[in-house]
Amino acid sequence: MGAKTLLSHSLRIAWKDLMELFRNRLGLVLLILMPLFMMVMVGFIYPSNGNSIHNLPIALVNEDAGYGNSNIASQFIMSFQQINSQTGMFVLSNASSMSDIKDKVQRGDLDGGLVIPSNFSASILSGKQGTLIIVTDQSNPQISATIQAVLSGVFDQMGTMLARQNVEQTLNPAINASNSLAIVKPYNVQTEGIVSGNPSYFDFIAPGIMAMTVMMSVMTGLPVAISQEKEVGTLDGMMVAPINRLSIILGKTLGQTARGLIQGVIILALAVGLFGVTIHGSILLVFGLLLLGVFSFVGIGIVITSFAKDQETATMLMMTLMFPMMFLSGVFFPIQQMPWYMQDISKVLPLTYASQALRKVMVLGADIPAISTELTILVVFGVVMTAIALPVFKRMMTR
Amino acid sequence: MNEGDSQLETESTIAVKNLTKTFNDFVAVDSISFDVKKGEIFGLLGPNGAGKSTTLRMLSTLTRPTKGTATIGGYDIVKNDTEVRKQIGIVSEKMIMYNRLTARENLWFFGSLFNIPKAVLTKRIDELLELVQLTKWKNAQVGTFSTGMRQRMNVIRALLNMPQVLFLDEPTLGLDPQSSVEIRDFIKKLNRENKITIIITTHMMVEADLLCDRIGIMDHAKIVALDTSTNLKKLISGKDTTILSLEIANLGPEIIKTVRALECADSVTQENSAHLKVIVHGEEAFDTVIDAIRAKNGKINSIENLQPTLEDVFLHITGHQVRDSVDQKIPIERHGPFAQQRRIR
Repeated sequence: MGAKTLLSHSLRIAWKDLMELFRNRLGLVLLILMPLFMMVMVGFIYPSNGNSIHNLPIALVNEDAGYGNSNIASQFIMSFQQINSQTGMFVLSNASSMSDIKDKVQRGDLDGGLVIPSNFSASILSGKQGTLIIVTDQSNPQISATIQAVLSGVFDQMGTMLARQNVEQTLNPAINASNSLAIVKPYNVQTEGIVSGNPSYFDFIAPGIMAMTVMMSVMTGLPVAISQEKEVGTLDGMMVAPINRLSIILGKTLGQTARGLIQGVIILALAVGLFGVTIHGSILLVFGLLLLGVFSFVGIGIVITSFAKDQETATMLMMTLMFPMMFLSGVFFPIQQMPWYMQDISKVLPLTYASQALRKVMVLGADIPAISTELTILVVFGVVMTAIALPVFKRMMTR
Repeated sequence: MNEGDSQLETESTIAVKNLTKTFNDFVAVDSISFDVKKGEIFGLLGPNGAGKSTTLRMLSTLTRPTKGTATIGGYDIVKNDTEVRKQIGIVSEKMIMYNRLTARENLWFFGSLFNIPKAVLTKRIDELLELVQLTKWKNAQVGTFSTGMRQRMNVIRALLNMPQVLFLDEPTLGLDPQSSVEIRDFIKKLNRENKITIIITTHMMVEADLLCDRIGIMDHAKIVALDTSTNLKKLISGKDTTILSLEIANLGPEIIKTVRALECADSVTQENSAHLKVIVHGEEAFDTVIDAIRAKNGKINSIENLQPTLEDVFLHITGHQVRDSVDQKIPIERHGPFAQQRRIR
């Protein structure tokens, strides 16, 4: 049978699958809701920077009574309050003592506290270091780390200011304002990204979710679609027609791919329209990559199809494979933050390379040469898996 | 095998030789052989799990035989499966159609897989819909149809490629009596007017009796008898076998036991609280049974001499009733990725 008839039968089957899909109203709604939920959840729960943490309640304890007639601690608290009113990071209150803070943290009224010991002014004015104590809630490591980092940053800034004043006073008038900063803080660090703008966490996850949704639609949608037809009996209707067995699997793949791409477009539209993601690379390359991702996954999908006896088994197999893939392929979390053995696993998953390449294209505006490694891996993976899958599938069909 | 009537030797459309199917260590079909003549309605009758559906699936190229083979219209079902598929239609007990597509779309989809030219297919779909009075519903989604309508759709779907051989697997299963009659009439009409050879599986004795020119009785993966309905019945209503239905007012276990113990009684079945069905042989059998019942003070209200049914034939040949073997013969389907080869209907 010629390639033309094979293709025309495949297209009929794909058309039929899509007709069924479009007639299923609830299914269509879920098609849009699923990626939306995923983006919203993951995007807002794991934010890109500390900006979204606001209004953490912390308490201040000032035990410092001053030294002579000057009280450094009050000056310190005033400038701290001033900085905080700009960032809105903390909600400040007063506490009577260290143990008062501990009580309030235990009750959940506070996330942390700051204690200025009684000898603070005395130490500084007599030329020693002044000590500050940060109290944190250890039951919540993330918040506690944030408080620690932010407070340290603030104190660092304030320390620099104090040091500049001291330098200016000591060397006066031989020095001006900008020179005093150079003496106190000789290094000025600036961060420069590859592309303009300030990418958010959505820029990180949107390519990953796109790659995942499209590829999963083939890997999991294919077995479910075929085992469902097997169960209902409609597969027999196709099997008893004088068509090449390959056109059944090809048609189903085309249908599922179309479905996946529709979802991919929805995700892209949501990412750009709703979450402010900017695409720096070529849209054509994005879709080319998605199609290549589909190709690399077809083989796995066919193998699962051959093994899945009924829809229930197919769904279970799908869940079992989908979860590790989702988390190990760096779709939601950077691979670099995983332990080494997990990183090794993620290196053999095609989704890792698809989402990596897609991210490079979408966020960094990479072109084909820049992602050639990923492209090669995906092509090789797809060819090898398809070569394994086709004989397995043929055997399944004729048993 | 019973070859009694095939002396006429008309052209045979289907020739089955030692067809065997095993699923792991379970033998679903055990080396069966038979011929189906052109234009005949051939029935495979037997309880669930006897191997009828597996036989049908092998003949319709859906399952590959483990051993043996068959030819349909001269083409081998294994070597020339594509040619075979062009000539056959299959009506499965499961409805082969998509609920979310309309009647026309369904027929169009399945028809398009047969490379029928568009104009021909369009015309054929309209004719078939008209034939089963579904024209009015052609643009309605099949999911909204009643079971009877769906089964009519199911049958015409199998006719899209104008098959020479039509396989029907339990075509009236789950239908109400009226729909069953409609489908049976339609099958007869197809056979008479379009000269389609029909193979039908059923576990309903009456259906086989009504429809089939010849019947193969299957039990435990084998064909245990094959002949016309009339000839099969002669197997028991011949010379000295009599089927009696006795109405006994005070029918009790003791009377049944006594009758069972009689040498002349081949089978004794209690039909309800007052009726006993007895198959006996021998010239004196009639008197012997009545004497035995009277001796136990049984009050016989009426005696009827019954014509044998296919059910009696089945009982006579296999030694058990059709419904007896239903449960014990269906193997437990194993789940898991390595058990998928098991497929028994």
